Amino acid sequence: MTLIVDHLRIQHGTITAIDDLSFAIEPGELVTIIGSNGAGKTTLLRALSGLIPTASGSASWKGQSILGRRAEDLVRSGIVHVSEGKAVIPELTVAENLELGGIWRKDKTDIALATSEVLDLFPRLGERMKQGADTLSGGERQMLAIGRAMIARPDLLLLDEPSLGLAPLVIEQIFSAIDALRQRLGLTVVLVEQNAISALGIADRGIIINLGKFVTSGSSASLMSDPTLRAAYLGF
Amino acid sequence: MTTFFNTILVGISSGSIYALMSLSLVLVWRSTRVVNFAAAGQAVLSTYLGYEAMSRLHNYWLSLPIAVIAGALISAIVESFVMRPLAKRSKGSPVESIAPVIATLGILGLIRGIAGLVWGNTFLQYTSPLSSKGFMIGHTTIPFSPLNAAIVIGAAIVLAFFAAIFRFTRLGLALRAASFQPEISRLSGIRVDRIRTIGWAFAGAAGALAGALVTPTTYLSPNSLDLLLVSGFVAAVIGGLESLIGAVVGGLVLGVGFAFILQYIGSEVTFSAAFIILIIVLFIRPQGIFGRGGSREA
Repeated sequence: MTLIVDHLRIQHGTITAIDDLSFAIEPGELVTIIGSNGAGKTTLLRALSGLIPTASGSASWKGQSILGRRAEDLVRSGIVHVSEGKAVIPELTVAENLELGGIWRKDKTDIALATSEVLDLFPRLGERMKQGADTLSGGERQMLAIGRAMIARPDLLLLDEPSLGLAPLVIEQIFSAIDALRQRLGLTVVLVEQNAISALGIADRGIIINLGKFVTSGSSASLMSDPTLRAAYLGF
Repeated sequence: MTTFFNTILVGISSGSIYALMSLSLVLVWRSTRVVNFAAAGQAVLSTYLGYEAMSRLHNYWLSLPIAVIAGALISAIVESFVMRPLAKRSKGSPVESIAPVIATLGILGLIRGIAGLVWGNTFLQYTSPLSSKGFMIGHTTIPFSPLNAAIVIGAAIVLAFFAAIFRFTRLGLALRAASFQPEISRLSGIRVDRIRTIGWAFAGAAGALAGALVTPTTYLSPNSLDLLLVSGFVAAVIGGLESLIGAVVGGLVLGVGFAFILQYIGSEVTFSAAFIILIIVLFIRPQGIFGRGGSREA
């Protein structure tokens, strides 16, 4: 069940966005990937979820290569990516956005169970099921995006900047929900964040990347206690 | 007053046909952001196939579903083997946005050419068993025939079918999601390419039905549905290009508008009236009656 990324390189034209990056994430771990703007965090997640091609290297999940596969097929094998920018479809209702999460699944009983679990976790969505997603606040949209992902019953959840543009109190709610999900379901989570304090607050480990290259990794406590790393990469 | 109501009846009948063609264009626009000028060619080809079926089976009602299925298949083939590879090839190039539109014009010309080669450039009769003679109300014949009634009922059934698909089924949800946000749809497990092909097939079926219903009122030739394409396009713009309800309302508004122009001004201005209406709509409400004011990510 380990996610293994090995000597991965991703090109944007002539620019190397990810350069010889390697790491491994154990089952059930919540690992945050931290780096400034342009570090390559989003590019890395987009490659792992099949949205963009890679130039070289490999990546595998449960012993199977995940590179070169289509995003929609990876979802069906348990890898679900919540992209940045409160990834909901504003033209659809909250209920329809949630339904999308299980649209390819046949087990209607489990879809209903997963939906009720999401609504327990985010009760505000339950109050707004018939509303258009465009009427939701930023925090509610992020809850909806995560909720939709959970209805797919992922094994590996890739979260891209869930705190982006949200108020501190809402960020706290979202991160606490992510942590609760991980604890309850034993999910493996890759959390890409610029908000290092919040991310390391719930993560087991952190991986710092800069300009597409691996800088260091370690437990959240060790990264937060290193004054050099804090000053250079963590922003606090 | 009788003339007024008769004119509305005539308008509803022709408007139903425009609504179907408009629906065809809107379905394609929503799924791939392409104005499909080939819709007229696809509809002509499927109508020719319906004509062939009728020649052999001697039954218009059997030829109708054959034409509709043929229209769906032709459209799916166009999307899978021309439009999708072209979109992938032209991605990121300076002609990315215009190449698909030019391709649809090319397909329109190609289909017309093939139809001309196979069936000749003569006017063929694709006749319906229904009378085109108006119903009698008392001692008065109204300009609304059993054929007109079949057109309105057929269009209504198809529109209700599409509305039900889009509103109540997983396929409809996938079609809507893929048209609004393809990437989020893919990340939700939707096979967007396949869904787009289905969207084009639905569009082809709607266009084919429009062609097979309208042709018995006129004749069949390689370019006999060109005016229908123009009317369908204007109706789609009136409705807002995005909205299925808008496509229907746009078609009916245009049909009734044309009927009044024919009745009170004359047939000479009908064709140019379509473009005048188009320009007026674009100036006053460019997003159409049911379109959203702002831009939408797609």
